[in-house]
Amino acid sequence: MALSGMRGLSVFISEIRNCQNKEQERLRVDKELGNVRTRFKNEKGLTHYEKKKYVWKVLYIYMLGYDVDFGHMEAVSLISAPKYPEKQVGYIVTSCLLNENHEFLRLAINTVRNDIIGRNETFQCLALTLVGNIGGREFAESLAPDVQKLLISSSCRPLVRKKAALCLLRLYRKNPDVVNVDGWSDRMAQLLDERDLGVLTSSTSLLVALVSNNHDSYWSCLPKCIKILERLARNQDVPPEYTYYGIPSPWLQVKAMRALQYFPTIEDPNARRSLFEVLQRILMGTDVVKNVNKNNASHAVLFEALALVMHLDAEKEMMSQCVALLGKFISGREPNIRYLGLENMTRMLMVTDVQDIIKRHQDQIITLLKDPDISIRRRALDLLYGMCDVSNAKNIVEELLQYLSTADFAMREELSLKAAILAEKFAPDLSWYVDVILQLIDKAGDFVSDDIWFRVVQFVTNNEDLQPYAAVKAREYLDKPAIHETMVKVSAHLLGEYSHLLARRPGCSPKEIFSIIHEKLPTVSTSTIPILLSTYAKILMHTQPADPELQNQIWAIFTKYESCIDVEIQQRAVEYFALSRKGATLMDILAEMPKFPERQSALIKKAEDTEADTADQSVIKLRAQQQTSNALVVTDPRPANGAPTMNQLSLVKMPSMSNVDHNSADQGVTQENGTLSIVDPQPPTPSNGDFLDLLGPLAIEGPPGASVQSEHNLVSQVESSSNAEERLAIAPVGEQENTVQPIGNIAERFHALCLKDSGVLYEDPYIQIGTKAEWRAHQGRLILFLGNKNTAPLVSVQALILSPSHLKIELSLVPETIPPRAQVQCPLEVVNVHPSRDVAVLDFSYKFGTYVVNVKLRLPAVINKFLQPISVSADEFFPQWRSLSGPPLKLQEVVRGVRPMSLMEMANLFNSFRFMVSPGLDPNPNNLVASTTFYSESTRAMLCLIRIETDPADTTQLRMTVASGDPMLTFELKEFVKEQLVSIPTASGAPAPVPPQAQPSSSPTALSDPGAMLAGLL
Amino acid sequence: MGIRFVLMVNKQGQTRLAQYYEYLTLEERRALEGEIVRKCLARTEQQCSFVEHRNYKIVYRRYASLFFLVGVDNDENELAILEFIHLLVETMDRHFGNVCELDIMFHLEKAHFMLEEMVMNGCIVETSKSNILAPIQLMDKAS
Repeated sequence: MALSGMRGLSVFISEIRNCQNKEQERLRVDKELGNVRTRFKNEKGLTHYEKKKYVWKVLYIYMLGYDVDFGHMEAVSLISAPKYPEKQVGYIVTSCLLNENHEFLRLAINTVRNDIIGRNETFQCLALTLVGNIGGREFAESLAPDVQKLLISSSCRPLVRKKAALCLLRLYRKNPDVVNVDGWSDRMAQLLDERDLGVLTSSTSLLVALVSNNHDSYWSCLPKCIKILERLARNQDVPPEYTYYGIPSPWLQVKAMRALQYFPTIEDPNARRSLFEVLQRILMGTDVVKNVNKNNASHAVLFEALALVMHLDAEKEMMSQCVALLGKFISGREPNIRYLGLENMTRMLMVTDVQDIIKRHQDQIITLLKDPDISIRRRALDLLYGMCDVSNAKNIVEELLQYLSTADFAMREELSLKAAILAEKFAPDLSWYVDVILQLIDKAGDFVSDDIWFRVVQFVTNNEDLQPYAAVKAREYLDKPAIHETMVKVSAHLLGEYSHLLARRPGCSPKEIFSIIHEKLPTVSTSTIPILLSTYAKILMHTQPADPELQNQIWAIFTKYESCIDVEIQQRAVEYFALSRKGATLMDILAEMPKFPERQSALIKKAEDTEADTADQSVIKLRAQQQTSNALVVTDPRPANGAPTMNQLSLVKMPSMSNVDHNSADQGVTQENGTLSIVDPQPPTPSNGDFLDLLGPLAIEGPPGASVQSEHNLVSQVESSSNAEERLAIAPVGEQENTVQPIGNIAERFHALCLKDSGVLYEDPYIQIGTKAEWRAHQGRLILFLGNKNTAPLVSVQALILSPSHLKIELSLVPETIPPRAQVQCPLEVVNVHPSRDVAVLDFSYKFGTYVVNVKLRLPAVINKFLQPISVSADEFFPQWRSLSGPPLKLQEVVRGVRPMSLMEMANLFNSFRFMVSPGLDPNPNNLVASTTFYSESTRAMLCLIRIETDPADTTQLRMTVASGDPMLTFELKEFVKEQLVSIPTASGAPAPVPPQAQPSSSPTALSDPGAMLAGLL
Repeated sequence: MGIRFVLMVNKQGQTRLAQYYEYLTLEERRALEGEIVRKCLARTEQQCSFVEHRNYKIVYRRYASLFFLVGVDNDENELAILEFIHLLVETMDRHFGNVCELDIMFHLEKAHFMLEEMVMNGCIVETSKSNILAPIQLMDKAS
């Protein structure tokens, strides 16, 4: 065997193996490195064989995790060795040790090229593999034509061509222009006719990469992929070597189905039918078998088929078949299948209309929260979180609460956060919400972040009806023998504010409240004491007439803390003591907290951050994450419009406030300032200011702490050694602006986002901008997710909002730098002032190397986002319709050039604009009536009615009547709907808007429609 | 969709083979291998073969004392990778005959050759065992 040729290597490996401990190993490795280094120094005396042996040793040592700073040159030099064994080692070790920017690699480029264009097949393969693994931009430029030639050459054997395909994929990623040559897409399609399954496997990988960036050029490949699938499904012409446990190459099947998922639709009915036959066969014909490998392989294919069916949005029948299958999977015995069942069900939630079918499996999913495997429990939690809505929130949240006491520590924080969010989002009534949060604190206080209890305080403060209830509950929890410190905080606050509402109940006199709270004081940390002091002051204020005994007791406490070492406690004690002697003045100063301005939950944002990394997280990592995200919130430049407390509330979400660490006095101070500094007239106290400064850079530099080091390394690595190439890799010099090609169609993305609330707004090879929005009445919060796709930072990041006059938009500070592979979130607060169809534009720019990219993107804060569907009965509709008589409140227009669609499709379209279609309200079956509520500051909530009259004989025209109580609204809405009807912003495969056709100038037939009872009302 | 790395680690946590398809510095590799080993090796037979780690997934399989761990993008087809691991093991088995940890350890270069014939640039390049082994057999004959 060849090994005997390298005896020295095996001796070394076995010596390492015999080392008793790490220290011995290190000594042995150091000795060997010294040895190899001396041998390499006198290179002249080295034979190729010796070189080969030492280079392997170097690789072995490197694999063990030791730094090896030499030997690279020797590895590279072996590439030009004449004999195969040495050459091979040179190629393989080089691609393990070096990265694409290593300067030595450049030295080899000529040899590599000679090997590629040479006659020796084995050399060709080695060279193609090296370039495929570590080839950079320079390789792309000099080698692409040669590689392409090999790939499509008919004289070249499959073993070379399959490598050429993946090599080309690498070159394409380095420089997309390499395939931007005339006729390449046709050649790609021809490649898919290949018989050899090895070549086909690599070519399909190449295709997946190409279509994921630009499917439009590759429509001709779509039927070919279906052909491949048919060939494999029927097991035609599949050599036994490519059959894996009886399944024709499962990997190729998976790849081909993946490629198809990048095409928006399949329009050709024949192709569609053939594909669905194959899919149906996979869905129906995959049985559970005993052999594990066969089972896995067939299910790999099955899961890919499921994904494809979901993507194609097939007939509902097939979809429900999929859900049924997944339901079977999640209750199966095999953990892998359970995991994948849950994962795919979560994906399926994106498909409309199947939520109800998924809900039938709710009980099963809840059971999986107790699965022995944490990977599965996490998936179950994710799915429950995703499928929760008003109908099942109570059930799900209560299950989560129950699960909390037994859940893994690694999951508790995420779990309590998710429970809190669901409770807030879908609470059937607010008292239930309060119950849930208090239970949460009670059961898992350590894992309930401060945001959660701040939020419940906000809710109670803003809802008067809720205050007595919350106070009663807080009082009840205080009776428990041992309660979490967070519970002490929240109950003390609630009772300070609202205990006077309970005064007549037993056990709720000011004195009793005071004493039960005061009992907890010895057990709490310094961060809680200031809250308790505020509560005492408030109790005192509410006790009218004054109770001298209580007064003396509380004054004694204030006096005791007057000399406290903690500044916050001391200040409060001194001030409360002085104030409480002033009598009536106290009433004003300690009056109830004012209401908080309505704002979106900070929790949801936090959950999204956590989702970015759902795997187990060390506390440090978690905290690091919170730091980045919170820092962004802190820099939120919202003007303090009358609500300093609010600004500080977000400040309070400080990294160090993370539940595990309550000790730091500083942070305690900040927190107390934030929540309860009633006496402090200047909101941004110096300590807060310091915090801002401290946190400022964090937002820019990415995750601090442990990860900083590595991030920095990565950054400097890229910057120092690779910037030159990286820059080259982007654009030819001199052509520095706006030649980065966006991925996907920007306009299509925008239109899609007009109809849904989350998705990708923009993407290019370097950045992806996603959005997620929530709309409530005339307000909205839109979060921009800026994701850096590179291993180098994006710098000079700037975002400007050009907003039309009707929208008030505030963008939080966008960090100047996005660290490598990091995602930054920038929330936008949107307020709709008056109705208008104008669109806000995001002017976004960033720099990558010397390369500047600037794009202007329309933001999906469009008029229909401020609509809320409302159902209107006939009794309500007709009087409204009649009362809004004629222009300018009611406008009518005949629209021509309408994209032909069925009434059903039109109804769906209106539903997606958030209109409520009322079937049957209009007696004429060809007409459609819908209603909605529009929200803006000027109009408040305003009912809008719309009626569409279609003509079955000519679907390209219709008559539309829009009515509302505001002339501007009526007009804007009418124009908006018209725009939507004329061009439908769904699948990109849709034909361009039908050009307006010549119409008789007379009014449409609908006017004379006898059935149009509504028309009579006009 | 793609493979980020292939690791072979024994049950003591010693790396027996590491092949990365994206460049990581030595420190990053060390940290990553440590984290993964801690996370995966403690899992039991009743648990699934997928572990979510950072922003990707690890698909792993255990053969006697040796763990095969493959890091993949989140959208990768997990079962396909799981069986790809098995294909790799079967291929090694065909070549070595009853492959064990020591074979891989002492024939590191061959293990690398085989892997290189199977994965390139993070994509599967060949799944036919005889095609994978052909160049190695050629070389054995030559030497």
